[in-house]
Amino acid sequence: MAKSVKELGKQWMISSFSKRGFSTACSTLKSSSSSSSTMEKQSGKSVNLFTAVNQALYIALETDPNAYLFGEDVSFGGVFRCSTGLADQFGSKRVFNTPLCEQGIVGFGIGLAAMGNRAIAEVQFADYIFPAFDQIVNEAAKFRYRSGNQFNCGGLTIRTPYGAVGHGGHYHSQSPESFFCQVPGLKVTFHSASIGALHVEVFILYLQSPAQAKVKVVIPRSPKQEKGLLLASIRDPNPVIFFEPKWLYRLAVEEVPEDDYMFPLSEAEVIRHGSDITLVGWGSQLAVMEQACVDAEKEGISCELIDLKTLIPWDKETVEASVRKTGRLLVSHEAPVTGGFGAEISASIMERCFSRLEAPVARTCGLDTPFPLVFEPFFMPTKNKILDAIKATVNY
Amino acid sequence: MYSNMVTLQVMDTIFYEAQRQGRISFYLTTNGEEAINIASAAALTPDDIIFPQAIGFGKRVTYHGMLPKWLQYREPGVLLWRGFTVQEFANQCFGNGADYGKGRQMPIHYGSKKHNYVTVSSTIATQLPQAVGAAYSLKMDKKDACTVTYFGDGGTSEGDFHAALNFAAVMEAPVVFICRNNGWAISTPTSQQFRSDGIVVKGQAYGIRSIRVDGNDTLAMYSAVHAAREMAIKEHRPILIEALTYRVGHHSTSDDSTKYRPVGEIEQWRMARDPIARYRKWVEMNGWWSDEDESQLRIEARKQVLDAVQVAERVKKPPLAELFTDVYDQPPSNLCEQEKFLRNIVMKHPQDYPTDVPV
Repeated sequence: MAKSVKELGKQWMISSFSKRGFSTACSTLKSSSSSSSTMEKQSGKSVNLFTAVNQALYIALETDPNAYLFGEDVSFGGVFRCSTGLADQFGSKRVFNTPLCEQGIVGFGIGLAAMGNRAIAEVQFADYIFPAFDQIVNEAAKFRYRSGNQFNCGGLTIRTPYGAVGHGGHYHSQSPESFFCQVPGLKVTFHSASIGALHVEVFILYLQSPAQAKVKVVIPRSPKQEKGLLLASIRDPNPVIFFEPKWLYRLAVEEVPEDDYMFPLSEAEVIRHGSDITLVGWGSQLAVMEQACVDAEKEGISCELIDLKTLIPWDKETVEASVRKTGRLLVSHEAPVTGGFGAEISASIMERCFSRLEAPVARTCGLDTPFPLVFEPFFMPTKNKILDAIKATVNY
Repeated sequence: MYSNMVTLQVMDTIFYEAQRQGRISFYLTTNGEEAINIASAAALTPDDIIFPQAIGFGKRVTYHGMLPKWLQYREPGVLLWRGFTVQEFANQCFGNGADYGKGRQMPIHYGSKKHNYVTVSSTIATQLPQAVGAAYSLKMDKKDACTVTYFGDGGTSEGDFHAALNFAAVMEAPVVFICRNNGWAISTPTSQQFRSDGIVVKGQAYGIRSIRVDGNDTLAMYSAVHAAREMAIKEHRPILIEALTYRVGHHSTSDDSTKYRPVGEIEQWRMARDPIARYRKWVEMNGWWSDEDESQLRIEARKQVLDAVQVAERVKKPPLAELFTDVYDQPPSNLCEQEKFLRNIVMKHPQDYPTDVPV
């Protein structure tokens, strides 16, 4: 299997280098990437998350001479060290600092992408993405649709670190993903990657989080996911926002294959099988949910845990299939509960599985307050909050 | 003015050490920029409203260890000048129950209503258009006051900077823009930030009287701000001051700036052009200051700051109820429900929650 995947990878590489337009090349890639998700190969070294990001960026720049990497402080390696060494390797014309202006970064990226390049833009913190909101919502997301597909900025990928980190306060902790899940013109509820779509990609955390350090569940998984999903996002023919859990940049360590591989977007993954309740989450919240599943199991409750990975367009089928089996659903995210993406999942599953549901869909999420510094442990959807909700749902 | 500059320097040193010892999560110093801070504050009146800078000149910083910490404000000197006590600074940095911000924001996000110092956020340049709106209000109310807003060279790249300058000129708002051009936005030198001749020309382009000052020259800074204030209020017009300086410290406690700039350059500024040393020479020359005064001041300042840190550390955190207040003027039903739910959870799982937050 590994060999055939490699072959496919090679084919793709050849086809994509030979031409500048990459949209078709990417679809080839998509089919090959489905195979790669089953890849068993573990040839890589143990690396942490920011190193996996660095590897993915290296490969993206190496395999496509029309790929560019830019953002604030990117040149010296970025404040999270994700772009270390890349400016030396690929030169300051392809990897560079921008002025301090998020709307400029994204607008510049759209233009660069519209000319057939891969623009990999970094917004230093997701909390600072809002000045670029207009460029993302009114420009990037509608570029293809409003021109009748004459133009597109599909080569644009916006990487941005998100989420709690223990002491980030209001402006270094937020999870703004749901803002981007309701962009007019986007087909949010359809499984479609082709129409002016803005993917909201959030990958897995799924290893020990500092909160659970004493439990130490090291499941070697996340940096590998990161690399495969980031490469898929960069090469996807639609603009993608790629949220990275900054809490895990250094914490998450696992073996990551050194070669060029991708995981498909919009494909959720069942990362723990169970029969009594389905749990859906993404990003760093999965580690917390995993702990709740382990504790629930001790009390005889069998939980199925799904990593949604991509929020728009999201893999409704996988969630639906699981809920049809378990009859119960719990969604958990760090963002405030009101208007969070959990609401969308809940409504959709209610529509599709109403007669099968044995309890109301539960949501264990952040509170409806700004992200508070000293109250952070109270704000967060902790393991015990989830565990309580699991029990309440199962015993409904 | 001199003793305030020294106190600020001492406070910076001790808070910086406290961060390094893990007692507070983040800190950012004003080293080398004390003159801009204190001299501008001295040239204003307490009625002038300050919209401080959120982030240094650039903003956030490198992640050392996993911590999100990098920040901003480099105008604590203005607060110090206006009588914000060292204890009040320490309370904010420790996010304790006496912090006016109720422990909700990261260290150095000061704010004080009674000192006309609007609470800082971490975002860049967002305070600039707000300062213009506030200035317009002062003008309409015929107040003998202006607004003063600070920002760094990096902040001038944000859209809000341009919006603010244009609005200020068109609305004839009495606002003084003070730009600290210290050469660096975290790792990004000004050559990668803009290609104009500094900031002063941008003010002129928007039709704003603009002046460039040596930000390490305390007296020059004082004169410029004093004159700008008079002009802004009497003539109903914005003024832009570009203060040239150098960030001697790292961007923040999360940053190690020797990774991207030469140590020799930092030392040159620290030794030869230090604003405190320059100003001290002048006060000494006038016979107003001696070595004895200096050592006494430093000993006292150090003691004051250390005491404040110890006190702040012992004060309990704000009570849990403060998590839900101030989101709106009155908590709506969803927050009331969530508070009730949370209190049950805390009672059920007390081991999950910090013990220094009164429930």
